[in-house]
Amino acid sequence: MNRNPDPGRRQLLKALAASGLITGLGPLLPAYARAGVQVAGRASVPGGTPRDVTIDIAIRRESIDIAGGYASATTINHTIPGPLVELWEGQRARLRVSNHLDEDSSIHWHGILLPFEMDGVPGVTFPGIPPGESFVADFPVRQYGTYWYHSHSGLQEQTGVYGPLVIHPREPEPFEFDRDYVVVLSDWTFEDPYRVMAKLKKMGDYYNFNQRTVGEFFEDIEKAGLQTTLRDRVAWGNMRMSPTDIADITGHTYTYLMNGTHPAGNWTGLFNPGERVRLRVINASAMTFFNVRIPGLPMTVLLADGQYVEPVETDEFQIGVAERYDVIVEPQRDQAYTVMAESMDRSGYARGTLAPRAGMAAVVPPLREPPQRTMIDMGMDMANMDMGDMTMTSGGMQGGREGQDMAGMKHEGHDMQGMQMGGPGSMMESAGPVVARHGPDWHGPGNISVAEVQRNRLGEPGTGLESVGHRVLTYAQLRNVVPMQDTREPTHKVELHLTGNMDRYMWSFDGEEFHEVDGPIDFPYGERVRLIMVNDTMMEHPIHLHGMFMELENGQGDRLPFKDTISLKPSERVSLLITAVEPGRWAFHCHLLYHMEMGMFRVVRIRDGETDI
Amino acid sequence: MKPADCRLRTLICIVTAMSLTAGMAVADNPAGAPEDWPMPLMDDSPFGLILLDRLEYGDSDDGNSRLWDAQGWYGGDYNKLWVKTEGEGATGESLEAAETQLLYNRTFSPFWGWQTGVRYDVRPGEKDVAHAVFGLQGLAPQWFETDVALFLSDEGDVSLRGEFEYDLLLTQRLKLQPRLEFNAYAQDIPERNLGSGLGNTEAGLRLRYEIRRELAPYIGVRWERLYGETRDMARAAGGDPSRTSLVVGIRAWF
Repeated sequence: MNRNPDPGRRQLLKALAASGLITGLGPLLPAYARAGVQVAGRASVPGGTPRDVTIDIAIRRESIDIAGGYASATTINHTIPGPLVELWEGQRARLRVSNHLDEDSSIHWHGILLPFEMDGVPGVTFPGIPPGESFVADFPVRQYGTYWYHSHSGLQEQTGVYGPLVIHPREPEPFEFDRDYVVVLSDWTFEDPYRVMAKLKKMGDYYNFNQRTVGEFFEDIEKAGLQTTLRDRVAWGNMRMSPTDIADITGHTYTYLMNGTHPAGNWTGLFNPGERVRLRVINASAMTFFNVRIPGLPMTVLLADGQYVEPVETDEFQIGVAERYDVIVEPQRDQAYTVMAESMDRSGYARGTLAPRAGMAAVVPPLREPPQRTMIDMGMDMANMDMGDMTMTSGGMQGGREGQDMAGMKHEGHDMQGMQMGGPGSMMESAGPVVARHGPDWHGPGNISVAEVQRNRLGEPGTGLESVGHRVLTYAQLRNVVPMQDTREPTHKVELHLTGNMDRYMWSFDGEEFHEVDGPIDFPYGERVRLIMVNDTMMEHPIHLHGMFMELENGQGDRLPFKDTISLKPSERVSLLITAVEPGRWAFHCHLLYHMEMGMFRVVRIRDGETDI
Repeated sequence: MKPADCRLRTLICIVTAMSLTAGMAVADNPAGAPEDWPMPLMDDSPFGLILLDRLEYGDSDDGNSRLWDAQGWYGGDYNKLWVKTEGEGATGESLEAAETQLLYNRTFSPFWGWQTGVRYDVRPGEKDVAHAVFGLQGLAPQWFETDVALFLSDEGDVSLRGEFEYDLLLTQRLKLQPRLEFNAYAQDIPERNLGSGLGNTEAGLRLRYEIRRELAPYIGVRWERLYGETRDMARAAGGDPSRTSLVVGIRAWF
């Protein structure tokens, strides 16, 4: 098994880091690796008096030290990530973006409520920023929380155009903290992202160096028996998909960064023992889901996607691309703690340290075994597979109560022992209940399979975290601190299926790529909208709606949490509520950058009859 | 009509059909934005692949041989222009046979495309032969790369070819590939020493090491065998109806 196919230099840096030599060798290392304290300074959130903010954001192509090498990258104000943009709720933001590239550019303010003309999506909200020109996003700040910003032009985001955005609340925060850091996670490749995309188009599993081998076939026979193993291989072979397809792009080409710093550079956030440290974890990657934990420190989750939730103490959480979690930790001892962000496929990690003094490091835990997809992920109907008497909830709970009912259900997957198809880790015991079945439409050549049975998986911790032996955050735990404002029954329903074809690297909604559709999806102005999404693919997809919050129907009654990005697990069915009061054309897409670029993108339109939309 | 004219017309038809289908795929403003704005993303950009599946040297009791087998495509998700070429010959001599196919590929299901177009064969010392091609290429259940095609020659001869490949992963980079190809004929084609029925099979077993995904040297064995009347004709001409070669070659794509 080739779990760490890193180039030699990175291996060396890792070895140095592990041996603790890096601190002693400081002067010999490139700037990024010595930047611990300095970067910590940049990642610290200063706060201060509420004020209107005017900021200049300059996008440039330049060569910089990054990820253990020297590369041509796209920077914002000469850095990657870009500068921390701090705003104050109730004040005004004037964000002036200058494009110094020789191609069009843009900045989108992720999760921000603003007039749609300021949203920064070329071809949807404005024509884009031509070379040498600038654009001012000028808007009143109507919210608080942790957000980010990034280019929405082509694949520029992958080359460095992203940064953190923090909005300080008008009201005092409902909790206290002594330190405030952003933790920006990202993935970097030295390859041209368009080359990466072309490779995936020619060979969908180009970057997967964890595929099942002949050797594993015999190991599985030994573990699970010949019949089970054969049945497993035949099932996967019929689908022509791989259970080890966890991430399209892996550590084979990616270096994972924390606040722009290579793991060996060890980004460090300082604390004094006993202090409460707020970490604003932002997944600014192009393609990578992370599992985040700080061994030895429980984390209390206080905000999800920038909005308050009832505090939840946990030991680890999975964060989809573009999602944010604010957590507070309280290190009591005078020692260093590792902030570990393992890529979901476990082909690499970003890592930093919380420490009382600069230059300290704690043990970096080894990468855990890569997870495998299961029959649950496939959405296969076990009842037809002679797999025991599993009860199915009959399909289509499309009434007004869908979602609310989901969390009340008991798990039904218990009596399927022996169904552990191949992979050593079984997800079966923790699989959420079946809530619907798929219709006859298989969505055409752009889609390989459908979720024949669709599950509520909000109570599951995420791929690879089913049996880690400690607490893991789930969506079902997120509970809003304020009651639902709009309690009307939804009067408009939209159902979208997430579809794809890994073999041809096609990604779409309902089997249709963006260029194939006739126009936007209309949400009637002023109405309460229920958005139902079904993931027919075998991968997680973080789906983002611009310009407004969605309330995730996760069973928390009238305290549904706000989300701007929702990650769907394979074969999952989710339901979200939206009050359509933000007029405009809003991008709606998978936030895996290459999926979006392949057409997993739509425009949601809300027309109020006054604005010209 | 002379065969050359016929081939030209077929080609023109294919190209016209392709441009029509490509034009139909463009929908009206999916973003609902002003017409003069750029598209928010380029999800209909074409891609292209050139795959040199086998470029190899073979060593057998009957002498040494060289062989190439390559294909390439260019286009969108649903419509592609597809080119295939293969040829072989003894080393140090001129080629025995070379063929080129120019096809239009239409993806009609997640793993399959149908292909139609022309094939042109060149055999030194013989008359060139053109064929119309009707084929099916894709990935069959259980991961079999499959390419099956029916050929209709300008002499009116009908033949069928199937090619199947499978990759066994010994490690992440070391792969063992069984391969099978057969050719069958609906009628005798005496000028080419081919009899009706199954004419020949070529089985191969190749072990390649992917230095990069795109570049893999390999070693292997190739078994060629003739059947039925084709075999009898070969025997009558003093040839050997079967041949086993050790091969060494390169698989590459970009």
